[in-house]
Amino acid sequence: MSKPVLAVHGLSAVSARDRAPILHDVKLIVNRGETRGLMGESGAGKSMIGKAILGVLPRPVRVTAGQIRFEGQDLLTMPGPSLRRLVGERIALIPQDPMTALNPGRRIEGQLTDGLRLWRGLDRNAARKIALKLMEEVHIRDPERVLASYPHELSGGMRQRVLIAAAFALEPKLIVADEPTTALDVTVQKQILRLVRAMQRAHGTAVLFITHDLGVIAQICDDVTLLFDGRVVEEGPTAEMFERPRHAYTQALLDACPRYDRPRAALRAVPAEVIARLRAEAASAP
Amino acid sequence: MSRDLLVARDIRVAFGGGRRLFAGPAPRVDALKGVSIRIARRETVGVVGESGSGKTTLGRVLLRLVEPDAGSVEFDGQDITRLSQAAMRPLRRRMQPIFQDPLACLNPRRTILSIATEPMLFHRVAASRAEADAKARAIFDRFSLPAACLGRYPHELSGGQRQRVGIARAALLQPDFLLADEIVSGLDVSTQAQALNLIAGLTRDLGLSMAFISHDLSVIRAICDRVYVLRLGEIVEEGPCDAVFAAPAHDYTRALIDSIPLPTVTPDWLRRTSAAEVTA
Repeated sequence: MSKPVLAVHGLSAVSARDRAPILHDVKLIVNRGETRGLMGESGAGKSMIGKAILGVLPRPVRVTAGQIRFEGQDLLTMPGPSLRRLVGERIALIPQDPMTALNPGRRIEGQLTDGLRLWRGLDRNAARKIALKLMEEVHIRDPERVLASYPHELSGGMRQRVLIAAAFALEPKLIVADEPTTALDVTVQKQILRLVRAMQRAHGTAVLFITHDLGVIAQICDDVTLLFDGRVVEEGPTAEMFERPRHAYTQALLDACPRYDRPRAALRAVPAEVIARLRAEAASAP
Repeated sequence: MSRDLLVARDIRVAFGGGRRLFAGPAPRVDALKGVSIRIARRETVGVVGESGSGKTTLGRVLLRLVEPDAGSVEFDGQDITRLSQAAMRPLRRRMQPIFQDPLACLNPRRTILSIATEPMLFHRVAASRAEADAKARAIFDRFSLPAACLGRYPHELSGGQRQRVGIARAALLQPDFLLADEIVSGLDVSTQAQALNLIAGLTRDLGLSMAFISHDLSVIRAICDRVYVLRLGEIVEEGPCDAVFAAPAHDYTRALIDSIPLPTVTPDWLRRTSAAEVTA
């Protein structure tokens, strides 16, 4: 098997303010062309891992150990300029909130073609041609109008399509998708998930899909890593982990999910024993 | 005494249309185009819809927080559509809202104790401060909220704790009807299950009626007896949850159900496009 696109090893981070642990000994592999889910509840550290990969950890967070290898190169020790070139060109982000990710004062065309012009040195017309092709790929019906629009003139689903197009514009090897459908209606969410899957297949891109939604993980990810309090609790192929979870916490999360296909019954909240066990495991780990 | 606690008939609400300072008239949006719903005593009714369906507006009309352009709302046999604010006041205690974002609806400058007890004193549900305190402590205990929370401010609590405070605040007024608008949307799965169980236990034990507004059909299924499916200001389907989920009659309901990713690997889920989804 070929080398993974992304290999995170022993990643640990603390808060610089009070040395509180944020990530502990995190291992994470994303193989070429696969979608890896990164799930966990709020505060588990899933977005921190995404931020660490993109080199945009908030200031008070300090990495204390570990490596983030992208195609063999450690991103953590890479000089700033090379990292900035890599992130953007070879690694792209699909963010959660398409309204804050887009500049409200610029038209879509400029925002979509920045990377193409900067990294590929394309002129306006050449970049525009690629932008139109991308618009078609993400099923935007009237690309001319959308390119000329400002973000506020588009619906949430439309903005998310634009960001997906932007993420794939430079044919990156890895895309970090941080809760990309959380803000969308379910019918739109399904269209966007389908789109991410189709684009990922067509371009052979590896995707790290960060979400708290177990349903989304089950439907779109090949493999999954579950975090709790900055530690990996369980990881493996999605089908295996959802059908035969090894850790009680994984099972408890599945039991806590309301499901429309099951008649009304009391949901089982995650039992306190399971959380106690997780904390005990964390305390006894080296 | 009629079987229904709350009946709304042919509610119409339109926003906009007014004059603006420098532009022409604002565009009119029909938020609700003749919606009728009824909620029986002790019944939990779900209202599901996507953004822009009018579900939040409908909830607000039920509490008379939004005045409908047409239609009537009847609470416990009394038409409340034209009641004055003074006449509404005694009813307000009996119809309590719980909102989506508890940080936005809990006064940031008051302690949790004051948020929980002041309304009881105002509505004379408790005769004295001591009695109000005791009631608050009892329900916090039931909701697994540490007593230390009472002395804190809303921003000092976690999201799950804040939501439980919001539910406790409403329950302390001994209402007959709860309006829960997307109350578990911002919560993690485990805290969500806890909040849903709490509120289900509460409505059962106190015999409350509830309108439960949500975009999430899985959550609706977990807690509601009946459901109304709202789309663009109109009800497209209604019925007992078991029937609606087993055999949705309307294409839109079908599309909503088909769009929910279940936490079970379903290889063809992503590829499956129902005819309904295309029309939706």
